[in-house]
Amino acid sequence: MQLFVFVCAAAMILVGAIGVIVRSHPVHAALSLILTLFGVAVLFVAQEAHFLAAVQVIVYAGAIVVLFLFVIMLLGVDKAEALRIDPVKVQRPLAVIVGLGLFGLVAAAIVRSRDSLVVRGRGIDIASGDAGHDSNIRQLANDLFSNHVFAFEITSVLLVIAVVGTVLLARRPRSGSATDPSAGSK
Amino acid sequence: MFAIDILLEGLTPAAVLIVLLKVVIVFVVGLVATMFMVWFERKIISGMQNRIGPNKAGPFGILQTLADGIKLFFKEDLLPDRADRFVFRLAPFLAFVPAFLVWSIIPLGGDFSNGKNGAVTMFGHRTFVQLADPPVGVLLLLAISSIGVYGIMLAGWSSGSKYPLLGSVRASAQMVSYEAALGLSLAAVMLVAGTLSTNGIVTSQSSLGRWHVIATGIVPFVIFMVAATAELNRPPFDLVEAEQELVGGFNTEYSSLRFALFYLAEFMNTVTMSGIIVTMFFGGPQPVTFNLGAVHFSGDLRLGFMNGTVWFVAKLLVFLYIYVWFRATLPRLRYDQLMNLGWKLLIPASLGWFMLLAAQRVATDNDWNKWTVNIITIAVLLACGLLLLAATRVSAKNREREGAMF
Repeated sequence: MQLFVFVCAAAMILVGAIGVIVRSHPVHAALSLILTLFGVAVLFVAQEAHFLAAVQVIVYAGAIVVLFLFVIMLLGVDKAEALRIDPVKVQRPLAVIVGLGLFGLVAAAIVRSRDSLVVRGRGIDIASGDAGHDSNIRQLANDLFSNHVFAFEITSVLLVIAVVGTVLLARRPRSGSATDPSAGSK
Repeated sequence: MFAIDILLEGLTPAAVLIVLLKVVIVFVVGLVATMFMVWFERKIISGMQNRIGPNKAGPFGILQTLADGIKLFFKEDLLPDRADRFVFRLAPFLAFVPAFLVWSIIPLGGDFSNGKNGAVTMFGHRTFVQLADPPVGVLLLLAISSIGVYGIMLAGWSSGSKYPLLGSVRASAQMVSYEAALGLSLAAVMLVAGTLSTNGIVTSQSSLGRWHVIATGIVPFVIFMVAATAELNRPPFDLVEAEQELVGGFNTEYSSLRFALFYLAEFMNTVTMSGIIVTMFFGGPQPVTFNLGAVHFSGDLRLGFMNGTVWFVAKLLVFLYIYVWFRATLPRLRYDQLMNLGWKLLIPASLGWFMLLAAQRVATDNDWNKWTVNIITIAVLLACGLLLLAATRVSAKNREREGAMF
């Protein structure tokens, strides 16, 4: 059962990941990304990390890719990309080198840590817990709000700064367009 | 691995069969409920508008939906020339499947008395009258409703025409905006119930005073109701369809069975959202019990394991009626009013209320004086509210100076 779920989810992830690269149409690529994210969510569920799976779907599939699609649709770049033209000359060889390097790094990490990966649950022991159903969330919350509370709060402040900064940059009054009726209307 | 049903712990063939049977029953009940809802809405609304409404097909026109379905089924299935073929075909299913998935986590019945946690005995097996009780219950609801956006968004885009695209951008902007208020008002329920599982949430509402509509203090319920109506794209938030102003919204280019799927998904969502409201705020299948001196009512209708289901359906009907009532009586909001309501009122209000509930919770945990805590929290919230008001005033004035229309 475990193996079956893993194979299905892995197939989903791989098909999605390849789709993101191969599909020349941005919207199709974004849809492939959703497939990958769902596959990862299934793997999370299989590892009993239910909360992580739900958040993965809500945040990544439900918010971030929706944002991608919004940008793609509204900016009108939803046409097949012309692959012949290279904006930067060294881009392709560089991409190949970086890709191979990354692959090598991940492979090396897996090979090196194969023995320690087998011993499961060195971090938070998810499966056990007092309140069977909500053990996932309780342990996550305990960890987040005790050990990592400062990192958590600082991250939230960072996000607020990012939002405020974006709004400020986007709404910077342009000289000469003060009478533009569309400026500032949501 | 998938701790969704107490039956599946043993994984015997009989248990698997019962779960499969439950899947089929939930699917059929969902479809029939949707068909009923279409008829119910047309009938009630015609009553409110002094019309007769559907009355030809079957008694009281109850088979009208079936007739409409058959008609749509035999219509020509058009595929626009400029459509993105794959996405165009995919979109109706992306709208339809999430609508059905939500139905699976709603407790449709069960016996919640005396700590039985909603389990009933069927054919000698203990089981929930609920398809699945995942550990992340409510979060699954939010995840599914965020997936539902894709159906509408991609339908509009893939049609290859600008009117559906405009409609879908409107629709998805609305749904994404109101999802935040929806989630935040549910957070209040989770805080009071102390669990995410829908079964646990129903279990915690054991008496009338502990129904979450009262336990969370009405406000989250009102916010949820408004946000859910907006999320469903129903009147008064139906700018997506706005039949008087738009050519038809995101589904303009759809016909035949694909259109039927969108239509079905819309009504299915209405039914499931009513079910969610009942589950989250009104005790789900828990019976109404009261004890007024001599008058004692335990809510037991002597129907055996169907008791909870009857209560659930009764409560569900109330909310279905309310949705139809909204549609018949409320005028549509303007687009900027819709966005202002969502972002400037509902989200801050639900956040503030959540903070108040959390403060109360901390106060009871630490044995602090409840009233002091309440007064301090309300003072802080008032200060925040005034700051927000000032900020929106200033930004509105700035926009006016820049020459914005509204």
